[in-house]
Amino acid sequence: MASERYSFSLTTFSPSGKLVQIEYALAAVAAGGTSVGIKASNGVVIATENKHKSSLYDEHSVNKVEMITGHIGMVYSGMGPDYRLLVAQARKTAQQYYLMYHEPIPTAQLVQRVATVMQEYTQSGGVRPFGVSLLVCGWDGGRPYLFQCDPSGAYFAWKATAMGKNFNNGKTFLEKRYTEELELDDAVHTAILTLKEGFEGAMTADNIEVGICDAAGFRRLEPAHVKDYLANIP
Amino acid sequence: MSILAYNGGAVVAMKGKDCVAIATDKRYGIQAQTISANFPKVFQMGPTLYVGLPGLATDTQTVYQRLKFRMNLYELKENRIMRPNTFSAMLSNLLYERRFGPYFIEPVVAGLDPIDNKPYVCNMDLIGCPNEPEDFVVSGTCTDQLYGMCEALWEPNLSPDELFETISQALVNAADRDAISGWGAVVYIIEKDKITEKHVKTRMD
Repeated sequence: MASERYSFSLTTFSPSGKLVQIEYALAAVAAGGTSVGIKASNGVVIATENKHKSSLYDEHSVNKVEMITGHIGMVYSGMGPDYRLLVAQARKTAQQYYLMYHEPIPTAQLVQRVATVMQEYTQSGGVRPFGVSLLVCGWDGGRPYLFQCDPSGAYFAWKATAMGKNFNNGKTFLEKRYTEELELDDAVHTAILTLKEGFEGAMTADNIEVGICDAAGFRRLEPAHVKDYLANIP
Repeated sequence: MSILAYNGGAVVAMKGKDCVAIATDKRYGIQAQTISANFPKVFQMGPTLYVGLPGLATDTQTVYQRLKFRMNLYELKENRIMRPNTFSAMLSNLLYERRFGPYFIEPVVAGLDPIDNKPYVCNMDLIGCPNEPEDFVVSGTCTDQLYGMCEALWEPNLSPDELFETISQALVNAADRDAISGWGAVVYIIEKDKITEKHVKTRMD
């Protein structure tokens, strides 16, 4: 069969011990739109830019910030189509867990299972690694969680982080701004300011997306609500 | 005769005030012939969590092993102990996976929730349909007698000592009216940080 010819893993070690396919995937992420996540004392915020190439584009009909289950939300930097597959997978995983235990999936469990899928795509035949890094925010057991999930399958728990274009500037900015006792409202403000660091052109409620997660669950902010936050930004 | 009544046995669990109790008889038989008077049907699954698996003895042992397997994986993966209601959901799933070739056991779950210390009892049929009442649950070959005894003796907010007396009398007197249950009994009283295991003598005829 012709397909068998390419059924070996495309990710192979280089003589120096690196997996260049994964490094290329990380390059795809670093070229993607900036995303920011900040954990506050009473919730988490994730935010991203959602810029459009043409003024004819219908904003707010395709979203980058997605709900996975009642108390977990996700955003990405990198390739949109790859992200959709991971969102579908994460939602399915969350529902399978609920069906088995009649208990909402802990954020750490969801992240671990999504990361397992991402790792499988670095070692399986006939596939390529995902061109996305994920930011997963959640609320369980009375406290907030923020995770980053990379194409290699590695995942990290952050207090605050940035990914995608200019992520280094974003991280430096957050290191200066972050405090443990930050409130959710201030965290949203800080997240938008961080996005603004490397933002090209004017930032409006139509070209950024914000999601928040607290004891009440996860929700994506309406453009009108985002506008209120933007009004407080110089 | 039903395969559920091939080996005989009875399990009952009751809620008290800040405590729960689960009790089982000790008999293992093959139809009317008693083989052993020391056959455990109730197992400890966590610090304050017990499960009783009366029914076909081979399935009692298999289901216990498979439950332990799933629970160990859960507790290792999630680095926390399982709550009684989560345990019931998992057990219910395990049973329903064998919807058309079931394990012939009707489980009873009893425990204190490790988070809020609330008493919890639950029983289910052999394909995992759960029932979580506010008072007591019964299972095994003398459920009619057990229901009668529990309905007559149980009242709300029993202390651990009163609960022991109530559940022991309920089980012993119900099992005495069943030819394939009895031959001794074990009672577990589960409190926040104390578990009392008591062995009760019964008629051996």
